[in-house]
Amino acid sequence: MDWNLLWFFLLGILLAGYAILDGFDFGVGMLHPVAKTDEERRILINAIGPLWDGNEVWLVTFGGALFAAFPEAYATIFSGYYEALMLVLGCLIFRAISIEFRSKRPERWWRSTWDTAFFLSSLIVSFGFGLAVGSAMIGIPLDERGIFRGSITDQIGLYGLFVGLLTVAMFQMHGAIFLVFKTKDDLQQRLIRWTWRGYYAFLTMFVVVTVATWLWIPRAVATFEHFPIGWLVVVLMFLAVANIPRSLNHQWYMQAFFSSTCTVAALVFLLGVALFPNMVTSSPHPENSLTIYNAASSQSTLKLMSLIALLGMPFVIGYTIMVYRTFRGPVKLDKHSY
Amino acid sequence: MDVLLLSRLQFAFTIMFHYLFPPLTIGLGVILVYLEGMYLRTKQPIFEEAARFWTKIFGLNFALGVVTGIVMEFEFGTNWAAYSRYVGDVFGSALAAEGIFAFFLESGFLSLLLFGWDRVGPKMHFFATLMVCLGGIFSSVWITIANSWQQTPTGHEIREVVINGQTFERAEIVDFWAMVFNPSTIDRLIHVWIGAFILGAFFVMSISAWYILKGRHLEFAKRSFTGALLLATVSSLAQLVSGHSNANMVAEYQPAKLAAMEGLYETEESTGLYLFGWPDDETETVKYGIEIPGMLSFLVHNNFKTPVPGFDQLEDQWGRPPVWLTFQAYHLMIAIGSLFIASTLFACLLWYRGTLFETRWLLWYFVFAVALAFIANEAGWVAAEVGRQPWIVAPSLIDGELVGGLRTSEGLSEAVRAEQVLGSIIFFGFIYFLLFILWVTLLHQKISHGPELSDDEDPYHDRAHIEKAV
Repeated sequence: MDWNLLWFFLLGILLAGYAILDGFDFGVGMLHPVAKTDEERRILINAIGPLWDGNEVWLVTFGGALFAAFPEAYATIFSGYYEALMLVLGCLIFRAISIEFRSKRPERWWRSTWDTAFFLSSLIVSFGFGLAVGSAMIGIPLDERGIFRGSITDQIGLYGLFVGLLTVAMFQMHGAIFLVFKTKDDLQQRLIRWTWRGYYAFLTMFVVVTVATWLWIPRAVATFEHFPIGWLVVVLMFLAVANIPRSLNHQWYMQAFFSSTCTVAALVFLLGVALFPNMVTSSPHPENSLTIYNAASSQSTLKLMSLIALLGMPFVIGYTIMVYRTFRGPVKLDKHSY
Repeated sequence: MDVLLLSRLQFAFTIMFHYLFPPLTIGLGVILVYLEGMYLRTKQPIFEEAARFWTKIFGLNFALGVVTGIVMEFEFGTNWAAYSRYVGDVFGSALAAEGIFAFFLESGFLSLLLFGWDRVGPKMHFFATLMVCLGGIFSSVWITIANSWQQTPTGHEIREVVINGQTFERAEIVDFWAMVFNPSTIDRLIHVWIGAFILGAFFVMSISAWYILKGRHLEFAKRSFTGALLLATVSSLAQLVSGHSNANMVAEYQPAKLAAMEGLYETEESTGLYLFGWPDDETETVKYGIEIPGMLSFLVHNNFKTPVPGFDQLEDQWGRPPVWLTFQAYHLMIAIGSLFIASTLFACLLWYRGTLFETRWLLWYFVFAVALAFIANEAGWVAAEVGRQPWIVAPSLIDGELVGGLRTSEGLSEAVRAEQVLGSIIFFGFIYFLLFILWVTLLHQKISHGPELSDDEDPYHDRAHIEKAV
């Protein structure tokens, strides 16, 4: 059994879970200005009220699992992307407190301050994650020991910008489709228009990023030779992307949400395939890259962690389904709402 | 300023802010389980109203604990990358286990706890409360295991690993259960839990005492106060036993920490215990100290004669932690603990005599004593963490020799510069300052609003009641 490969895959699942769940959360934040009245804004916030905290746990667990399974990659990425991570952490805090504190006082200035914080932090985090993924695809300068030797300018490029915009558009679309279930009447109609806007923006950026990847990152495409099954994911993703407008036209919103979920998951898997076998790609010295073999912890720890995951994950999936079932359907504001 | 000092300051600052919340939510969680359990058993509405009120306060504290906790998990990688490379195998596993076993449990059921009052039945709601409480406890288990392993590491081997032709050392797990049950885990975990119960109880007593003094929500406040008083009394007494057991463990496995806690620069026959003092590194003495002769020897060795080793015997091997800070934090914790034992027992006596709620000065003391409970928890952290310096992972004592270990100065991120760390301290300083103000303001608001006391209706399924409130 190739435990390293298994853990690369399991981290992919955790990251995909995070992107799917917090992805629509961020989307809701970015769509916040679409709501006009205070009640509409409360509806949007309460659509994710009981869910956002659990969604963020996927990130925490992803971080912990990366630390345990690939400590070298964890150390290099987290210390290398210092400024970006601090900004992301700051935004995650602002997002959480704007959800938590907005409803606590009735004054208009108070609420509009937190509304702005909610919108901006959701936007910056989405863009920031995309930028980081883009720069990871291109590669960052590492020394022989696998330590980042560069500055923040080595992490910002045109490709990263494209992936950042792609992520923003994708989460906005994903969040809008999610909100269609949670809203009624006029607000719902406005959000349906935003699902279309999100979809066209996503499609544009998707084409741009695909072409850019083809042109600029030949090694990303080359991996498919080792993993012909990767083409299957590509085909499934194209089907999912094509199914979004079809199901939106038929007003099959559940199917549209399922399709956008598959799209997010497929993009995370394609990221994994494109990086493989690297965890952190070194550029311009590819021989310094951290791979799933030289960045990993010991085999016994990987096995131990697999046992922990095997014991824990069924429960995790169980609670997630239970919570989503309990809070399904359009938002009803009550005295426990934000 | 150098990266080491700044990174240590950053860690101390972010974790001490974070540590305001987890002990409080663990303590309050236990109280919530009790209240909802009592409601299910007795069906008295007062328990249910109390549970609803404390749940709101719990939710606010929980949210702050979560957001400040994410920062901690990232910081190991951002500022302590060399340390992360060294311990990923061990510390990372415990952290990942915390995520999978504790955080998902907490966050999943938290949503039912906070928003599920009218969506699930009372039994399911009680179950959710129980799971959130258990999640908090599991979380403390894993993080204390991870921290205790750094203090008294066992169950691992130091192995050489080659990456791209470069050789380096790291710790790898060879015996999982020995790593989990390392010599300090159990003692420290119990100490942390009791500290959390004390904080939770003093928090409830503080708010209840204030209501009693203001003559508001009297029945609710008196019952909350006496319930919490019982918990506080039992916990304070238990903490004395746990503290003693911890001191013995530290004496055996971390002698340099004990020397710093007591300012033992030189080994003396029959070592005394300071009630207070002012350790001075220059003269290597404790100034202005009041000492109980032979007491430390007695506590550690059960006789008044056997000396406890000082730095003259330890420093070559273990190094010397910062003495003044460790000494003061440790003594502050003990002083507050002793005060808590005395004051809770006295309050129990007055309660028995029936004059507790007329003794206004004592109630005012309890209004403010919660601050002392926060300080004691933080001081315990400082004594434990500063006292283990200069080691970020202590060396293991194998056959009388110290093996392995990683110094704090060796654990830093090589890719990070001082101005980046300084920038992050300013950034988080600003955010946490804002958070602190908001926390205090909103707590104040919730407390002034008080519990919503209904008459004799059953608010669980009373739709009219809810719609009215909206």
